[in-house]
Amino acid sequence: MNTLDQIFVLLRQWLVSFLPAGWQAAAGVLLSVAVIVGLFPALFALTTVFERKGLGRIQNRLGPNRVGPFGFFQPIADGIKSLTKEDIVPLRADTAVHFLAPVLLVLTVFMGFAVLPMGRNMTLVEMDSGLLFYFAMGTSTELAVFMAGWSSRNKYSLLGAMRAVAQMISYEVPLLLSSVTVVMISGSLSLTKIVAAQNHYSHGLPHWYIFTPWGFAGFLMYAIATTAETNRSPFDLPEGESELVAGYHTEYSGFKFALFFLGEYLAMFSISGLGATLFLGGWTAPFSFLTWVPSWIWFFSKLMLSIFVFIWLRGTLPRLRQDQLMNFAWKFVLPMCLLNLFVAGAWRFMGDGWLRWVVCSAILIAAYVGLGLGGLRRGKIGPRRYRYAE
Amino acid sequence: MLGEGIIKGLAETARNFFASYFSAERLTTVEYPEQRIAPFEAARVFPFLVFDQENRDGGGPEWEAGMRCVACQICEKECPPKCIYIEKSRDKKLDYLGKAQYYPARFDIDISVCMSCQICVEVCPFEAIKMNTVFELSTTDRFGALLLNREQLAKPNEYYHKIHPTEAAAVDARLAEAKIKSETKATAGAIAAAVRGAEVPARPVEGGV
Repeated sequence: MNTLDQIFVLLRQWLVSFLPAGWQAAAGVLLSVAVIVGLFPALFALTTVFERKGLGRIQNRLGPNRVGPFGFFQPIADGIKSLTKEDIVPLRADTAVHFLAPVLLVLTVFMGFAVLPMGRNMTLVEMDSGLLFYFAMGTSTELAVFMAGWSSRNKYSLLGAMRAVAQMISYEVPLLLSSVTVVMISGSLSLTKIVAAQNHYSHGLPHWYIFTPWGFAGFLMYAIATTAETNRSPFDLPEGESELVAGYHTEYSGFKFALFFLGEYLAMFSISGLGATLFLGGWTAPFSFLTWVPSWIWFFSKLMLSIFVFIWLRGTLPRLRQDQLMNFAWKFVLPMCLLNLFVAGAWRFMGDGWLRWVVCSAILIAAYVGLGLGGLRRGKIGPRRYRYAE
Repeated sequence: MLGEGIIKGLAETARNFFASYFSAERLTTVEYPEQRIAPFEAARVFPFLVFDQENRDGGGPEWEAGMRCVACQICEKECPPKCIYIEKSRDKKLDYLGKAQYYPARFDIDISVCMSCQICVEVCPFEAIKMNTVFELSTTDRFGALLLNREQLAKPNEYYHKIHPTEAAAVDARLAEAKIKSETKATAGAIAAAVRGAEVPARPVEGGV
């Protein structure tokens, strides 16, 4: 059991042991980096085909089924296609920035994986301020997005980039605030320690943060913010293919476009991984009798479950308007997150017992209903009047 | 309450997702090259020229002899994207009414330009041009193969009956009616002439009138 749980750690030790002692530490890190850089793009390839098939099923059709058995070799065909396509750079584009933007995007997204605990003892860098590092890296993707839009010298690209940056900055705030509650309760910025804080059971059930009132609310806010942060439907305004051609990557073709696509999905994986770590107990098992299953299986199944929910949401919800998006961020998600900080504090200092459950749940439900009824209500819709000519 | 609609929507899509694995009738699409849906009568793609097999005046192959088109060039003039090109013949042939008419010496439709608007069909007074239902027309030749000449365009009336039965029956009835009308007119004219001939004393006929 323990061997299977630690199989990757042991494998790395065994492989590294062939090298001289001085090189072992560096080689171990390089090996882990190589695995991460290989594994997640492979997962991306698999996800694209699952997403297309899943969306097809949601719309009562079959989805891609031409390449290979049940269409599962579709990503290979897509990869070959984007590799062999002509790489067009607009004549008046800023060539250097235009080239750097997709590279920077993928780079910063990959950096986020460094601090994620993907299993017991399976964190690449045991950083004390892992969460802070993760958000620093996650925020840098906005720079890459704006670089792409600006350097293309195309109004659609620039509009898409501006939308993207406005949206990502707006949702960055609730993303951080919803994560801060976890830091408040667990008392640590280290992701390994946050997982360890959730890794105990009572009556066979785990103490994941999602099973507390503040954790549940925080997780919902986190999920909303991540959907917006990764530009997924229903918050896919930056891409908005029916309005903006393709948003900030309009002027990208061939493999650079594929890199943007890859970056988007990798961001989705890493932010889902972080969500699982913060609220769903990371690599811990959902029941105490299932702890014999290797920890990395739990981490990746939670990650894939999040991806499935992302796809499900994409198949269900229509795209929001820009003002709806902003209203939702600033008038609903942000007040809920701020209130949740208070609730988490109350939870921490009310001690054990049923009272804190009642009080915290009541505050959150009241706020949810209140904000839902009042905060998002718009003025009465009457006959339209053209005001600017008066 | 806030989020109620989202839950409902998620339930609906989840039902679609899982039920599509169990009930085949949910899947409304067909896998096109292998499976096909039966062609339906109202389908209209590109125009073709109708010919009658029973009407054979002049030599040439069947499609050329029986072509209903009289090269009046109305369709050529009406065509919005100007994809029709007609050259009128020098000589005349008898049409189904027994009337001498021109015929198209050349009739080309560039289907890469044609927008399938069906205006040519609507303006044709001779029921000569109709819409086809064949839609698999892609070729590997960009230039020549998309310009259809009159041999490629000509299809027998039976074919028209096969693809648009109701419409073709109406057209046939109309044509038969016109034929009967012209025949009665001709008979009436002949009778009148005969009557006139009986009243007026016969003059000596000059040769070669």
